[in-house]
Amino acid sequence: MMTPTLPTFLMISAALFCIGLLAALSRRHAIFILIGIEMMLAAAGLNFIAFWRFGPQPAPPIGVMVTIFAIAIAAAEAAVGLALVIAVYRHYRTTDVDQVDQLKG
Amino acid sequence: MAHLITGLIFIPLLGALFLSVVPPRLARPAALGCSFITGCLALEMWHHFDAANPALQMIQQHVWIPAIGAQALAGIDGLSLLLVLLTSLIFPFAFCAGRMSRGFYSIMLVTQAALYGTFTAQNFVLWFLFYEMSLLPAFLLIRIWGGEKRDRAATKFFLYTFLGSVALLLSFLYIYFVRGTFDFAELAVLGKTGLLTGNLRWLAFAGIFLGLAVKVPIFPFHTWLPDAYETAPTGASMVLTGLLSKMGVYGFIRLLLPLFPNEIRIVGPWLLGLAVCSIVFASLAAWAQSDLKRMVAYLSINHLGYCMLGLFAVTASTAAPAVEAQAALSGVFLQIFNHGLTAAALFYFVGLLEERRGARGLGDFGGLMQRTPLLCGWMSVAMFSSLGLPGLNGFIGEFLIFKGSFALAAGYTAAAVLGLLITAIVFLRAMQALFSGPLADTCGNFPDLRLGEKWVVVPVTLLMFAVGLYPQFVLHIFNSTVTQMARLLG
Amino acid sequence: MSTSIVAHLWLIPAVPLAASFVILSLTNVQRAAAAGFAIAGQVIALLLSLGAFWPTLQTPGYRVFQNFTWFAFGEQALRIGFVLDPLAAVMLVMITLVSLCIFVFSVGYMAADRNFTRFFAYLSFFSAAMLGVVIANSLLLLFVCWELVGLASYLLIGFWIHKPSAAAAAKKAFITTRIGDIGFFLGILWLYGRSGTLLFYDGGTGALESVGLLSLGTSATFIALLIFCGAAGKSGQFPLHVWLPDAMEGPTPVSALIHAATMVAAGVFLVARVYPLFSLGAINGVTPSLTVVVWIGVITALISALIALAQPDIKRILAYSTVSQLGLMMVSLGVGGVAAGIMHLLAHGFFKALLFLGSGSVIHGCHEEQDIRRMGGLRGLMPVTFFTYAIGMLALSGVPLFFAGAWTKEEILHATSQWSPSRVPHYLMLAGVVLTALYMTRQMIYVFFGDRRAAAAHAHESPPVMMLPLIVLAVCAVGFSVVLTPAWPWLHDYLSGERATYNFSLLIQPMLYFALALVAAGIGLGILLYRRASEIDPIERTLPALFRFLENRMWLDELYDRTILGWARFAARLSDFLDRYFWDGLVRLCGGLGRLFGGLTKSLDERGINAGVDDATGVTRALGRFVSARHSGQVQIYLSVIAVGMLALLFLYAWLT
Repeated sequence: MMTPTLPTFLMISAALFCIGLLAALSRRHAIFILIGIEMMLAAAGLNFIAFWRFGPQPAPPIGVMVTIFAIAIAAAEAAVGLALVIAVYRHYRTTDVDQVDQLKG
Repeated sequence: MAHLITGLIFIPLLGALFLSVVPPRLARPAALGCSFITGCLALEMWHHFDAANPALQMIQQHVWIPAIGAQALAGIDGLSLLLVLLTSLIFPFAFCAGRMSRGFYSIMLVTQAALYGTFTAQNFVLWFLFYEMSLLPAFLLIRIWGGEKRDRAATKFFLYTFLGSVALLLSFLYIYFVRGTFDFAELAVLGKTGLLTGNLRWLAFAGIFLGLAVKVPIFPFHTWLPDAYETAPTGASMVLTGLLSKMGVYGFIRLLLPLFPNEIRIVGPWLLGLAVCSIVFASLAAWAQSDLKRMVAYLSINHLGYCMLGLFAVTASTAAPAVEAQAALSGVFLQIFNHGLTAAALFYFVGLLEERRGARGLGDFGGLMQRTPLLCGWMSVAMFSSLGLPGLNGFIGEFLIFKGSFALAAGYTAAAVLGLLITAIVFLRAMQALFSGPLADTCGNFPDLRLGEKWVVVPVTLLMFAVGLYPQFVLHIFNSTVTQMARLLG
Repeated sequence: MSTSIVAHLWLIPAVPLAASFVILSLTNVQRAAAAGFAIAGQVIALLLSLGAFWPTLQTPGYRVFQNFTWFAFGEQALRIGFVLDPLAAVMLVMITLVSLCIFVFSVGYMAADRNFTRFFAYLSFFSAAMLGVVIANSLLLLFVCWELVGLASYLLIGFWIHKPSAAAAAKKAFITTRIGDIGFFLGILWLYGRSGTLLFYDGGTGALESVGLLSLGTSATFIALLIFCGAAGKSGQFPLHVWLPDAMEGPTPVSALIHAATMVAAGVFLVARVYPLFSLGAINGVTPSLTVVVWIGVITALISALIALAQPDIKRILAYSTVSQLGLMMVSLGVGGVAAGIMHLLAHGFFKALLFLGSGSVIHGCHEEQDIRRMGGLRGLMPVTFFTYAIGMLALSGVPLFFAGAWTKEEILHATSQWSPSRVPHYLMLAGVVLTALYMTRQMIYVFFGDRRAAAAHAHESPPVMMLPLIVLAVCAVGFSVVLTPAWPWLHDYLSGERATYNFSLLIQPMLYFALALVAAGIGLGILLYRRASEIDPIERTLPALFRFLENRMWLDELYDRTILGWARFAARLSDFLDRYFWDGLVRLCGGLGRLFGGLTKSLDERGINAGVDDATGVTRALGRFVSARHSGQVQIYLSVIAVGMLALLFLYAWLT
């Protein structure tokens, strides 16, 4: 079994980001888009951990702290996002983002 | 006695306001009443005036806007008093010419106030205020109550004279920035030794000259005049010719001549040339007119040309002998008075004819002597006075002007004397066309002078005789002023 | 006593003047009052004149004057005054006497006129002004009265104002004399400027006295010539004589008084009055200015005598005769015979007034007919008129011994023969004597002799009121000769300030015979030529071209009309045109330039500055519209754009490092 290296993590993180992006871009349902965004955030968190773990040691746990911070914010954001989705649904009677184009110029 | 000047200026203004509340049918009596009061004030002024004293009298001096050197300074000397008296005389005379609406009399009174102000102010700012104040009412008089083409004539009159005023104002601002005073007397003292230096002084000189030359008017700045006089209603024409043109002459005497004696000496021949052109060309042009009012208007230019000739002759020659300078200046002053009286009378008579006939071309009348001998007789007196017949007022002034200027500028004067001849031709031609020959059909039912008209005509004509036979009572007003001015200018 | 007389001298013109104003205030129907006032005024003036005349007889060279200030200007005083000397005194008497006769005559002559009162007002006014000219001791006062005389002449020539020809003649008279007066005026100005006074006599400092004359120097010649312009205008001297014949449009008494006896003589009087100016610096009695006077006089005398030969109008013949005689007087003054000239003036005043009044009587009798070719044979019908007219004619022709004109003419001829520069004026004046006799004979024959032609058929003698003045004047014309004879040259010596002496040997001298021969030749030639007078003039028959030339007054009027008047009218029209189109055009051009500038500014503002701002906003708006169209409102598209952008940044980063 080979030892995990930084590129491996970065690859995983990039894959995760891409999946999240794809989800955010392709799904019509707002909840899925939200999930995609969360995945991209998770990818970013993974990067922080990975750069911290494979950086020069010993180091203050900045990467971990930022990641925990990001997860906390993501949680709050998800809550706001979900609330928005509910509000949009109440207003438009749909969660399909294609039909919510009030910002059209 | 200082309150007299204030009274003269404000009573017509109050009268103008008061007119807006009197019933329209009483407007003329009210206006006449107002000029009766001002007339009394002017006579009172004459009574208290010390003719032997050449200095300013009845001075009224208040601080006004010290920052720009503006002082409410008013006072009279012989010349001012003469013009005040003339103003007081011409206005009631003009009110009697034709029945006009209430607004007309109101605006006329404003003009009267402005004229009193112009002739008594002794500080440029105050003077200019009144000078401009007369312009707008005159414009309105022509624009509202004028005859055909009044729009054009009024605009031309206003723009032309206004342009001149602007030039005048700019020049005076320049003088103020250099010398720091607007006081006429102080400026005159400075003028003796050269008011300004450098080439810019010519610009200032030209600006003042232009402003006043338009007002007088001097050839070739005169073309607004025939149009304006022709179109204006009779009363306004009388005031325009009798008084407003005098503002220009007065301005020359008060402003230009004392301020720029050296400059005038340099351009003197040109100015004299312009004066002679005014005299000769205007009288020739009058000869070619068929409209009576236009004819009188041109002769007005001609007669003011004599004034200019006298003034320029005195100032253009180096070291004019006192005798000649005094003769010319006395003549000019007298001519100011005489022309005011006579030209106003002529316009009055033309107004009477126009009122009766509805037209005023020379060809519209004929043989009037058979129908209206009194009208013709009195009108002839005014005409003979204007052509300078001895025994009437015109002659004395012209004689003195020519006496003075002949000795100072013989060639120009000799050329100007032609004007006397052409004026005679013009008037005799008019008399022939109007009075003699068979009675024209259109004039068959003319009424002769009515009682009211007689009351206007007779005093004015008697005054013409009085000045012609005993000019002393007018000359007495300004003799000491003339002496002083001759010393200043000569 | 003398001062008191001169102090009251002003009364002489003042009385007729007052009469004139009183009459003017009367109504048209108060005829008797008008005539009464006028004649009374004239009688008083005559008596006063005689009163003034009396002291001048006492001392030879009598001269008193009184000056006073008319008005003061500046520190100067303009003084005028009155003077009484022999010249003024005889003129006063002549004028008032002739005026009185003519006033009386007018009562009859103008009896039918509507404006009878006005006529007498004008006549009195004229008389006042004329008397003022005579007694003036100041050139200015003289000029004032001179102009008033001109005014009176204007009013009286144009008295029948409904006649266009009268109005035109009045205008012509006034303007023509004014042309001369302009010169006169300049002369006054010049004199005033040089000598500082216009008084003639002022106790040694007057303009005509030594001090004043000395200050003039060479300018005296020019001043004298300028003054002569005025004299030439008033006295109808060539080339300003054209108005006088036309002035005959006025009523005949006017012609007699103003255009024969008095006013037209004022020019001669003026030259005599300021004679020291003319003769200043004379060498042998000749100065340039006097030479001009002589030649102008000669030309005038001769051409008008010639023209008189061919005139058909009875009054015009007399008018040209007047012009001719005035020329003669000027010649006399010019050659130095001042006294002779004035004597002829006085004598001429009497007999020419007589002739004019006689012609008035003829015209009146022939029912306003003035053409002598239509008269004839009036001798029997109008005996008194004929008799008096004949006396006038003989006096004018210069028949010696009993008629006033003869002595004066003889004296003038004598003076011309003494003139040193040239004898030509003398010979021409001799020819003038013949011509005068000739045209007067022609007139006599046409009017009083021969067959009675058209207008003479119903002719009648005039009323006594018109006869009386004729007789008085005829007596004067004859009686006046007593004081003119060389045997007792009373008037001559009176005028020259000497005491007259008797010398009967001078009564008969060669010049007298010579003059007699000339007059006889003229009258004889006249009788020979015109003895069979008919409607066609004998000269017209034989020399039609010459006759036409003279009849049309040498076409001088036409010449003036074409040249001077034409040019003047052209100048007037040109001035008007220039004024309307050139000078006013310049003003309009300035106005137009202003408007053009305004228009330019306006378009620059609209198309330049304003347009830039407009375009900028337009572009911005279009851009905004374009960009906003790209905003679909689709969140996922935004997101994908962000993603693409990030990728692009990534690549850029990779490429840059």
